[in-house]
Amino acid sequence: MQISFTLNGRPTTVEVEPATLVAELLREQLSLTGTHIGCDTSQCGACVVHLDGLPVKSCTLLVPALDGATLLTIEGLQGAPGSNRMHPMQEAFREHHGLQCGFCTPGMLMTAVALATEKPDLTEADVRHGLEGNICRCTGYQNIVVSVMAGAAAMNAAKGE
Amino acid sequence: MGNVIGIGASPKRKEDQRFLTGRGNYVSDIKRPGMTAGVFVRSPHGHAVLRGIDRSAALAAPGVIAVLTGADAAADKLGSLPCGWGISDAKGVPMKEPPFPMLAQGKVRFVGDMVAFVIAETPEQANAAAELLKIDYEVLPSVVGVLEAFRPGAPQLFDDVPNNICCDWELGDKAAVESAFRKAAHVAKLSLVNNRLIGNPMEPRAAIAEYEPGTDRFTLWTTSQFPHVVRFLMGALVLNIPQHKLRVVAPDVGGGFGVKQFHYGEEAVITWAAKRVMRPIKWVASRSEGYVSDRHGRDHVTEAELALDETGKFLAFRVNTLANMGGYLSTFGPNIPTNLYGPLLGGVYTTPAIYCNVKVVFTNTVPVDAYRGAGRPEATFVLERIVDVAASEMGIDRVEIRRRNMIPKEAYPYQTPVLVQYDSGDPMGCLDGALVAADVKNFGVRKSASASKGKFRGLGYSTYVEACGLAPSRFAGRLGARGGLYESATVRVHPTGQVTVMIGTHNHGQGHETTFAQIVSEKLGVAFENVDIVFGDTDRVQFGMGTYGSRSLVVGGAALSKATDKVVAKGKKIAAHLLEAAEVDIQFKSGKFSVAGTDRAKTFEEIAGAAYVPHDYPLEVLEPGLEEQAYYDPVNFTYPGGCHIAEVEVDPETGTVTLVNYTAVDDVGTVINPMIVEGQLHGGIVQGVGQALFENAVYDESSGQLLSGSLMDYCMPRADHMPMMKVATHSTLCTHTPMGVKGCGEVGTIGSPAAVINAVVDALSHLGVTHVDMPATPNRIWRLLQNASLPVAAE
Repeated sequence: MQISFTLNGRPTTVEVEPATLVAELLREQLSLTGTHIGCDTSQCGACVVHLDGLPVKSCTLLVPALDGATLLTIEGLQGAPGSNRMHPMQEAFREHHGLQCGFCTPGMLMTAVALATEKPDLTEADVRHGLEGNICRCTGYQNIVVSVMAGAAAMNAAKGE
Repeated sequence: MGNVIGIGASPKRKEDQRFLTGRGNYVSDIKRPGMTAGVFVRSPHGHAVLRGIDRSAALAAPGVIAVLTGADAAADKLGSLPCGWGISDAKGVPMKEPPFPMLAQGKVRFVGDMVAFVIAETPEQANAAAELLKIDYEVLPSVVGVLEAFRPGAPQLFDDVPNNICCDWELGDKAAVESAFRKAAHVAKLSLVNNRLIGNPMEPRAAIAEYEPGTDRFTLWTTSQFPHVVRFLMGALVLNIPQHKLRVVAPDVGGGFGVKQFHYGEEAVITWAAKRVMRPIKWVASRSEGYVSDRHGRDHVTEAELALDETGKFLAFRVNTLANMGGYLSTFGPNIPTNLYGPLLGGVYTTPAIYCNVKVVFTNTVPVDAYRGAGRPEATFVLERIVDVAASEMGIDRVEIRRRNMIPKEAYPYQTPVLVQYDSGDPMGCLDGALVAADVKNFGVRKSASASKGKFRGLGYSTYVEACGLAPSRFAGRLGARGGLYESATVRVHPTGQVTVMIGTHNHGQGHETTFAQIVSEKLGVAFENVDIVFGDTDRVQFGMGTYGSRSLVVGGAALSKATDKVVAKGKKIAAHLLEAAEVDIQFKSGKFSVAGTDRAKTFEEIAGAAYVPHDYPLEVLEPGLEEQAYYDPVNFTYPGGCHIAEVEVDPETGTVTLVNYTAVDDVGTVINPMIVEGQLHGGIVQGVGQALFENAVYDESSGQLLSGSLMDYCMPRADHMPMMKVATHSTLCTHTPMGVKGCGEVGTIGSPAAVINAVVDALSHLGVTHVDMPATPNRIWRLLQNASLPVAAE
């Protein structure tokens, strides 16, 4: 089937089998391999993307759901439209060592941006609860939590400018 | 030009840019022209005779290119998967080492054992065809637990391994221990289980293999922690491919924790198959496939006894352990519960006599091998638990009994009765630091506050030491290592003064690209940004043993340090010529070669340029170029250690244990990058907390089915399981590594399980609870509480 959607700001049309998962479409057909697949039970969260602004696990979403929608993946996350700068959340993860092997990182970032967008005054408990659907085996989460809070603060500051 | 960023600084990581922007290069991201898809067909039975495989229907299915089985591997005379360590019993009789075929032959021995490999145009077609294989199994009874495996009448995995015992291993002076027990004023006893774990790196294992007929060369991309070792084991011992015709690449790897430091059958099968079908093949494990094929960790049943005199001094320690090996011997398998366990039973104490017996047993489970900490968390858990049991039984404070038995700082180097000699350490200093950092003196106030909410609060200590930095080769050879364990580094200085390092360790989250660049920046005075680290490709890196056992900085960093010394030494010769001075008068400091006592100097860049454009150069005595290589094999292990203090709150209504505070003060030697070290400690601690509170690999006794075979059933630590941890270092320097480093990758996982369980037992001690097995799940604690006499109100 043919599906048209906005992918990282660009109108995109693909010819794809309807039984394809969004994560597969991104990785195999569109070569956007930043979205990772870490499990087969929707537990790990390495595949989180934003569908119409909301975080979803792309490993459990079939491609027809994309038709007419707006999709943002890790490759499209940036400081400002068209800029080469990283998003404040990405900067915060680098600054606070919120990643080690990098495999869960794209999903963590997409979840974190969604959390901070939904609730600008995030508490530590909010962040820990909000990351329930994202597993990291390397960091022990501590620096991720610190990064998300710092990234959220930076997003707020940028909004105020 | 950028800045020198050296030892002790925390620059942001070089590797982060690609990971933060989704541009990492993991095996599953790679595509090759004409690539096919491979799927492994695995045994659904724990134990069965493999009577035959009818592949006709599968071969006829759409898109199928080939279906390979153990019979094909046997016809091609392929080798067995090798075990890298050979251990022996007390009489010197070698362990039983049955063959480990890459595809099952005759029998399957665990759920997940590989039976066939299906190659098709797409993964969907390969999976569909795999369903069409007709496999004739004669199902046999399974045995999954170590206690059951060597009982008379237990199912036998191998005809020539009586009672499923691979090796009856021992260490220490049995007679001296027995004599000490006879004189003891008190003997503390403890039976415990060290729960079976599944490593679960977030990136599932994957491989791509390709054969180039024009050059007769194979390339294997694999999620490995040690590509050179895979090339050696697979090329030389399994597939009979000459080393120069085999390239193994481990690009970005999404976590390892030991799980990816073995040579797996999948790697051999896919490489062999790539030549048979003359097309590249890709295999990516699903998470559930990983659960039944990634090597598992731990799985001990132990009886321990500690003999003490009337003052609480340890006289002797006796440990009897049954260790589960699973269905076959994996790469390091038999080494883990023996050589990496027994020698650590001395801990940080002056116990004069220790005896340890380990029966290494085969069962119908996934092969068991190294998982972060590997043997040392098990040793620490036994020792630190029984110290608490002894303290409680003798009415001695838990900190006080540790102090009475600790090796004082001045007593290092300290020879233990179990082979190892600790070169340096200060366990008392770590303990003192942790007591303050954890605010232990106000624990009583916090306990009362918990009690007023109806919760039981407990505090647990773990003062521990570990051995890491594998090598040393000579010592390891005596223990049964079949290969050397050194490391290598090449420092290539480019004509313009930038540096590329080729190193044999593998970076899969540890931040080597940053830490190693800091070492070069400091030693050569070049800008941090002008140093790149290359790893993970046998065509680009000379040789290496890879990353495991907290060895990268200790052994690889030392090789790198030595190689930079050689660069400086050669640079001095070139500088002496250019500056018309004697070589002994040349000094190298802050990136400049100068003549002592003068202002005559050449920069590092000028020397590099002169080495590659040798118009004015001592060609008669010196070769052009500026590239140096060093191999390093240390004289001893390193011995990081420290003190961990856990504080928990138990809800008697639900049995839920909440970790409320966690403090660690660790001695990891010289710290190169404090930010990265802290991150390693955090991650290690949470993996240990996972073992203590959440994680457990459970098999069904009769069928051999893995019951905890997904992230839905096997509980991984999540962000909301943890409080903010306090971690700090209290360093003594390693006396034999060039930079004084000790390694930090595993300390967290080694120290933490005992601290957490000691805290849980402390919280419940007023109810008469003396031990809690791991994981301390709400179910287990709630049942314990139902059996205890609950007071009306918490004290």
